[in-house]
Amino acid sequence: MFRQGSRFLSRASTMRWCRPFSTDLPAEAAADSNFVEAWRKAIPNVEPPITPSSFMATRPATPSSIPSKLTVNFALPYSSELSGKEVDMVIIPATTGQMGVLPGHVATIAELKPGVLSVHEGNDISKYFVSGGFAFVHANSVADIIAVEAVPLDRIDPNLVQKGLTDFTQKLSTASTDVEKAEAQTGVDVHSALNAALTG
Amino acid sequence: MAMAALRREGRRFATPLLSPNPANALRSSLVPYEEPVLSGVRCISTQVVRNRMKSVKNIQKITKAMKMVAASKLRAIQTRAENSRGLWQPFTALLGDTPSVDVKKNVIITISSDKGLCGGINSTSVKISRALHKLNSGPEKENKYVVLGEKAKAQLVRDSKKDIELIMTELQKNPLNYTQVSVIADDILKNVEFDALRIVYNKFQSVVSFLPTVSTILSPEVVEREAESGGKLGELDLYEVEGAETKGEVLQNLAEFQFSCVMFNAVLENATSEQGARMSAMDSSSRNAGDMLDRLTLTYNRTRQASITTELIEIISGASALEG
Repeated sequence: MFRQGSRFLSRASTMRWCRPFSTDLPAEAAADSNFVEAWRKAIPNVEPPITPSSFMATRPATPSSIPSKLTVNFALPYSSELSGKEVDMVIIPATTGQMGVLPGHVATIAELKPGVLSVHEGNDISKYFVSGGFAFVHANSVADIIAVEAVPLDRIDPNLVQKGLTDFTQKLSTASTDVEKAEAQTGVDVHSALNAALTG
Repeated sequence: MAMAALRREGRRFATPLLSPNPANALRSSLVPYEEPVLSGVRCISTQVVRNRMKSVKNIQKITKAMKMVAASKLRAIQTRAENSRGLWQPFTALLGDTPSVDVKKNVIITISSDKGLCGGINSTSVKISRALHKLNSGPEKENKYVVLGEKAKAQLVRDSKKDIELIMTELQKNPLNYTQVSVIADDILKNVEFDALRIVYNKFQSVVSFLPTVSTILSPEVVEREAESGGKLGELDLYEVEGAETKGEVLQNLAEFQFSCVMFNAVLENATSEQGARMSAMDSSSRNAGDMLDRLTLTYNRTRQASITTELIEIISGASALEG
């Protein structure tokens, strides 16, 4: 008898898992109703186009107490490195200096500079070298990090970094125009940041 | 006696048979009204059908090949488009989705393909762009187009040439990457003054369905104005800004970065939709060619059968006439 009961319970729990599919996309609710109304009035014979918010899962509201984990989205143009991952802490290379983000961090918009982004999860620390971008920390303990390029630190060749650093330092000293100078300066900045990340 | 019978039989048959052989002096003398055009009509009709069958078969081969090419391109680009979807979401979460924003200078960026034969995706984005133009037009308002791709250019140049600010084509000559798209975005930012950019593209959903989509990007000044006046962007004031000296500078960088990221995703989505649409269009046209080929084969075989039957009748009747 109890065997049957357990099976029934397990089925109930799997059914509960199946349910959320029907509410997966809150498409109509999230769209801008003013826009749709104005569209229908002005152009009645064409269906209003979709806007990006209808493809997005709504972000959770700010909880009253600080959650124990930080949700991180880390996106690159060619992949989503982390998406909705719950971690303990991230350290972001902001232009003003390294910025540690814990759950309950104040809402912030930060520009990134070339440097090391480290994601702390328990005892695991994964380090990426990012080339620049933006980071948004929201009040609901969600952090969005967008970078143009990022590589795990262990895939960088120290010899090439040294070589690049000397190359660009030389270029900077011989640069004549402003554009050349700026390019060489960027190269030196990136390579010295890489060097610091590898040695430090 | 025999001659008379032959003459009788011949007269009975010769009229409906349309003799293919004018050398048959006997019959041609018997049927004085036979027209020279009709001679050999049977051969020509099968020849015409055979030619059409050949051309339809060639067309089917071409459309099948195009479908294969589109399918393999689609697979490559679809993963890239799906991977780039994470890129715009943080911006929408932060700056909101504001298609209904009311500003003076609207710039509509229409993304389309360079090549045709891909269903209705280009005309859809042109239609939506025109509708957006109409929706946002009014006194003291400016609407401009920025056109990406040959096909939308051809359609928009016809009736709104004076509104087109910038045209870019041959986007997909090289495989799309972020650097290339950010150069395009930079070009647009440099050459066009705007309060709001509206990017019109087809979002890829599946091989047979594409959703016309409008992404809105506001200029930093408008973002600041909207944030101060509350409303949808009201929450932006709660954010601490780190980075450059002033908030405006950061917002400027942010808007430019947002534009390049959203553009990147939009261009990829549109390219994916293009390949998907081309694939389904080519699929249906090769199916149509197959149907047509079936019909033509049927006609051809029927004609052939009829001519064989006619010949048999001729032979048998001739023989029976000789016997009789």
